[in-house]
Amino acid sequence: MPDVTLTVDGKKLTAPAGTLLIEACKSAGIEIPSFCYYPNLSLQGACRMCLVKIEKMPKLQTACTTVVTEGMIVTSDNEEVRQARKSMVELLLGNHPLDCPVCDAGGECELQDMTFSYGAAESKYMEAKNHKDEQQWSPVVFFDRPRCILCYRCVRVCGEGMDVWALGVQNRGVSSIIAPNKEDHLECEECGMCIDICPVGALTSGAYRYKTRPWEMKHVGTICTHCGDGCKTTLGVRRSDSGMEIVRGDNRDKSGINNDFLCIKGRYAFDFAHHPDRLMQPLIRKNGKLTPANWEEAFELIGKRFAEIRDHDGMIGVVGSSRITNEEAYLLSKFARVVLKTNNVDHHRTADFPALAAALSGKPDSTATMREVYDAPAILLIGNNPTDQHPLLAWQIRNNVRLHRSRLYLINSQTIKLGRQAAGFTQIPAGTEGKVAAYLAGDDAAVEAIITEKNSRETWNALREKLRGEQKLVIIFGSEIRGNDVAVLVKFGSGVHGAKFVCLADYANSRGAADMGLYPDLLPGYHRVADTGKFHDEWTSIPATTGLTLPEMVDAAKASKLKALYVVGANPIGRLGLDPFLFSKTFVVVQEMFLTETAFMADVVLPAANAYEKSGTFTNTCGDLQILKKAGEVTGTKSDFEMIVRIADAMGFDVHKLVPFGAGERTDMGQSRGAQSGEADRHAVWLEARGLEPKMSPLEPTAILDEIQRLVPGYDFSRINLLAGNDQHTTLANSGPGAIQKPELIVPANDNLFSSGTLGRYSKALHSVMESRTQQTSEVAAD
Amino acid sequence: MKFSDEFETRFTMMARHYPTKRSVLVPALLYAQDEIGYLSDEVIQEIARRLELTELDVRNVISYYSMLTTKPRGKYNVQVCTNIACMLRGGEELFAHCRKKLGIGHKQTTQDGRFTLEEVECIGACSWAPAIQVNYDFHENLTVEKLDKVLDGYQK
Amino acid sequence: MASLVSHPDEVKVVSRRFGQGATNIDRYLELDGYKAVQKAFAMEPDAIINEVKNSGLRGRGGAGFSTGMKWSFVPKQSAKPKYVLCNGDESEPGTCKDRLIFEHDPHAVIEGVMIAALAVGSQTGYIYIRGEYRYLSIIMQKALADAYARGFLGKNIFGSGRDLDIYWHGGAGAYEVGEESALMESLEGKRGIPRIRPPFPAVVGLWGGPTVINNAETLASVPHIILGGAEWYAKVGTPKNGGTRLFCLSGNLEKPGVYELPMGYNLRKMIYEVGGGIPNGRELKAVVPGGSSTPVLLPEEIDISMDFDSVAKAGSMLGSGGVVVLDDTNCIVKFALRTMKFYRHESCGWCIPCREGTDWLEKTLTRFHAGGGLKKDIDNIQYLSENMLGRTFCPLGDAAAMPTIAFVKKFRKEFEDHLEGRPCPFERAGAVEQLPVLA
Ligand SMILES: Cc1cc2nc3c(=O)[nH]c(=O)nc-3n(C[C@H](O)[C@H](O)[C@H](O)COP(=O)(O)O)c2cc1C
Ligand code: SF4
Ligand code: SF4
Ligand code: SF4
Ligand code: SF4
Ligand code: FES
Ligand code: FES
Repeated sequence: MPDVTLTVDGKKLTAPAGTLLIEACKSAGIEIPSFCYYPNLSLQGACRMCLVKIEKMPKLQTACTTVVTEGMIVTSDNEEVRQARKSMVELLLGNHPLDCPVCDAGGECELQDMTFSYGAAESKYMEAKNHKDEQQWSPVVFFDRPRCILCYRCVRVCGEGMDVWALGVQNRGVSSIIAPNKEDHLECEECGMCIDICPVGALTSGAYRYKTRPWEMKHVGTICTHCGDGCKTTLGVRRSDSGMEIVRGDNRDKSGINNDFLCIKGRYAFDFAHHPDRLMQPLIRKNGKLTPANWEEAFELIGKRFAEIRDHDGMIGVVGSSRITNEEAYLLSKFARVVLKTNNVDHHRTADFPALAAALSGKPDSTATMREVYDAPAILLIGNNPTDQHPLLAWQIRNNVRLHRSRLYLINSQTIKLGRQAAGFTQIPAGTEGKVAAYLAGDDAAVEAIITEKNSRETWNALREKLRGEQKLVIIFGSEIRGNDVAVLVKFGSGVHGAKFVCLADYANSRGAADMGLYPDLLPGYHRVADTGKFHDEWTSIPATTGLTLPEMVDAAKASKLKALYVVGANPIGRLGLDPFLFSKTFVVVQEMFLTETAFMADVVLPAANAYEKSGTFTNTCGDLQILKKAGEVTGTKSDFEMIVRIADAMGFDVHKLVPFGAGERTDMGQSRGAQSGEADRHAVWLEARGLEPKMSPLEPTAILDEIQRLVPGYDFSRINLLAGNDQHTTLANSGPGAIQKPELIVPANDNLFSSGTLGRYSKALHSVMESRTQQTSEVAAD
Repeated sequence: MKFSDEFETRFTMMARHYPTKRSVLVPALLYAQDEIGYLSDEVIQEIARRLELTELDVRNVISYYSMLTTKPRGKYNVQVCTNIACMLRGGEELFAHCRKKLGIGHKQTTQDGRFTLEEVECIGACSWAPAIQVNYDFHENLTVEKLDKVLDGYQK
Repeated sequence: MASLVSHPDEVKVVSRRFGQGATNIDRYLELDGYKAVQKAFAMEPDAIINEVKNSGLRGRGGAGFSTGMKWSFVPKQSAKPKYVLCNGDESEPGTCKDRLIFEHDPHAVIEGVMIAALAVGSQTGYIYIRGEYRYLSIIMQKALADAYARGFLGKNIFGSGRDLDIYWHGGAGAYEVGEESALMESLEGKRGIPRIRPPFPAVVGLWGGPTVINNAETLASVPHIILGGAEWYAKVGTPKNGGTRLFCLSGNLEKPGVYELPMGYNLRKMIYEVGGGIPNGRELKAVVPGGSSTPVLLPEEIDISMDFDSVAKAGSMLGSGGVVVLDDTNCIVKFALRTMKFYRHESCGWCIPCREGTDWLEKTLTRFHAGGGLKKDIDNIQYLSENMLGRTFCPLGDAAAMPTIAFVKKFRKEFEDHLEGRPCPFERAGAVEQLPVLA
């Protein structure tokens, strides 16, 4: 669109035609006050705060609804304008309770700021204020009506942004009120977007209410640890008896791939970290009972037993996690190979990244970023239900359709909520996703399996033609497509100009676990163990034969062949429903936050820190790499990184060969040390004890990141950008040929919007939401 | 939820008059209320279902319009205009008289469920003020004496 | 139902068929009914628009915008269907004229909508009638059914090959819904919250299609203009203010009623001759000349011509034609309070200044009238109203502010007489103790 020239306060500005005056001003550094205006939500013109003088217009005009025109002359700040704004604030304060000292928003309230700016403190109002008691609408949403200034942001973000439409406006005039969808309570996705967007303290969070004042918190920007989407979140932390407690999560600075989005898990479910059941001391089984022990004792025991078993050619298995950092996953992968000398490494797989890596081999730049999902002109989504399993992805898709008119093609065996945004929704018989891929890729015979009463051969043909005609199509697929079907789907995508892929995996660092080679047959970067190359050169001794998969380790345990099992942040017994006595002859070491089913039968349990309590990096399901910063802390826990290194040390291994510390680029990873509690001290003590230079510790993951950047294909990102908090895209395309894996090794997490595996089990916020659901449904069932 | 045949005929006919389903909402609610007496939860559910709206949406609309109510009313809704033209000619006195005579206040209903009293805004009878409406019937140029007769007429 | 009155000065155009049984379609036809629309069929759309423009017809809904001009804003080509919407929400206090038209001459409104539809190239019209007017809705529904039965509406009307549908639509109690954009929202089944303008309804209206919105009286005038000619109609009124209008005389008058008088009729004459003057030997205290939204006039300000421009020059507005007359037994503070109570009750609540301002003003005026007023309240009432004026999302805020400013300015002394706990000097015997608050 052509540019328009206008004058604001004597400054000449140009802005693209169609720009709103308020935005044009903002980009020229002229801030127009506003309550109801919110970028990317529908226009309201309701609060009248943004009134400006426009020449040739008799009345003041709202900058938030006025589109710039050529030659427009605007005065954004004169006596008349200031008076208008001042009177709006005065009017608002008329019925406002002014309970700022106890209000959650106090200190970060837009009404307070405006009152301050426009000096409307003098009270002209003598009448009794309209009062109403605070209401609890859901476990996480509270509403304090008198504080509400009716900007309708909450209504819009819930409806337009979330497509939930759980909030409405009722009554009229001064009786107008924001109302929840079930008269006195909410039934919604509990995302808390409405709370976050509220400019005042009218909507408050059950998790955060009255806990602290904003200025008493320290704010740490890090990454959500729940699903595979990788939302950036700013955690508000403050000191507690047992370290640093996380009290709030939001992304108000809109700095990440998720803009201001967070789902319920990112916003509230950090509370598992402070669950009373949290392990804070190592446990060693003595006389059949797990007994508290100290760290030295634990490491010594593990080091001794692991070394013995390894040296007697006893079989050792390693189970990694999809929630540890890239650095930890890489370290674990390396530790298994070079210290334990085994390829028996696996993790809970929820997507077939090896297959995608193989199919994309030689096709650089073929995976889409999370940002691209928001911009792509067309999207094909096969399988999965992102609203439940990938809330950010769903948000990106939904808002791309709403704001950029992207065409969404949906193919699913269920009618999922995103169908409401779909240009075309095609329902298929369950389990025929692979046939869809085949048909799209040109196998006409495959259509037989997907023809239904509603979708004829012609419908499918028309859909395929349409898709082939799209450009920059982003093809997103769930775990329904795996194994050879992935390659088939990629074949179809190769025929679409500029097509890119997203493979959906369930956990926060599922992609990282895969990229870092937590596989029995693959090293980092999907490098096959049998193929010599950089890893063999650098790691030197990698066992040549493919190791055991998790089910094979289980079988080995059954046959009493598995002598040791090292579980880092996983719960195979609970997850796979295994018999706990199965491992009674195996020496089991578990690094965990809680006494899970697996930890419960272990010989040694080491209390682990979670992703909010350590630094490192995560790679989301799209391949976006982001930095984690340490926010919370629970005394007595250690990062998995530190524990792996210390076990290696206890086994008598030269840790220099595991973590190339003291060499390479040295960068401070934000909160990893320094101000945060005792961690820096621990490093120092450890180093001193061994006469090492306290320049860089082997317990700090940065050194491994250097190695990852150097050795793992697709990870040659800009370190400085990463440290600045920007997302960096890693790509699968430069990876090795990968390997075809058994499709049944992929087991979806089956988490929904309100569950999150082990973390969810210990989150009060998620529990309370689920309980309120079951209560309501049983009430309904009763009558 | 069952409406009368008359309602159904009207609803079906009216629904054809608009390009969108929800357009029929406001008049449909008023007709439903006339039939059921008020907009009960069942009515709201049924209308929401038919028009593919959420119940919240229907409630938002109901709460906006002053004639629509989700609470039962008496058989006769006595609506006394006290707005300017009526006020100048004794509208407030009529309202006070009604309160005394019926023993109820604004938006209240007599024990026997016969009358609900409501003070209303201008009903378009200014030149024949003061005026009241009982349900949909206008009574104009009233005095307290005439009002008594009107109300007595509804007692039977 | 509503009783009819008459006065020799009346020029009966819109009210020509009142009391003639014209709700019956045959009777309507006898009285030249549906002749205008047939004449319009033979005219080019632009010719119809020009005729209406030249007649000097200005909107009877309140704003007084040239009707022909409004029609000319509708784009000739439109991808979306165009609509004609008749505004029969009539809720402005002091106004009760559309009611008579619907009661006595419903087919004239239908015919007006038809002509508007021909002029702008629309095939669908709606007649929106406020919910309280149920008996008028029944009359209108019958009239529409009769017109359909005769083939005047529906497919191939009058054998012209054109299709035209007109439907009734009912409200459910909301003054704000009379505002044109809120009216469209209401018709679309939503809360009556006005829309952001631009775009104006003539370009983007009902369901996104170009829409002409006119008051019922405006539309009922159109057939007479087409039949009698623009020149004749224009001559009845004053320059730029063509024709007649229905004036609703109410309040303290000997002969209140709805009279059809030429535009430009003198207000004093209207009160003292047509309306029969002030009863009981009382004196005139004030006149609200165009419905409750218009600033009050003092007795010395009433020698004016009742046309849009002259009343505006006198500092008020011709508005909706509701002339409310107050005699000297009435308290202005109370009157201002009752007016504000109305706006507080009817504010849609969308924007801060109107939602909060009307509430604040009503509360202050209530306290003030009850004797709890302070001197600074008077300034405050004025300050608040002036800060609402011109800054609200729709004109309802102005409608609440304008009369209030005038009450304070013109009757400051009377406000001061209420200070210091003094009882209202005008409280009538047997009057009501305290105004109950409408919820
Ligand atoms: C608060 C408010 C209420 C209104 N109520 C009515 C009404 O009841 N009837 C009406 O015809 N116009 C009403 N109007 C004016 C309409 O917005 C619109 O201008 C009118 O219907 C246009 O028709 P006209 O040009 O024929 O007058 C109202 C305006 C406002 C701001
Ligand atoms: S929590 Fe989310 S889904 Fe629930 S009402 Fe608020 S915005 Fe809507
Ligand atoms: S609750 Fe908050 S966001 Fe919602 S309308 Fe009120 S002030 Fe605005
Ligand atoms: S969408 Fe995923 S990453 Fe984002 S907040 Fe929710 S659980 Fe966390
Ligand atoms: S001025 Fe504002 S609050 Fe008042 S009716 Fe108009 S939009 Fe609604
Ligand atoms: S920001 Fe423009 S009116 Fe609210
Ligand atoms: S003021 Fe009572 S009917 Fe108009």
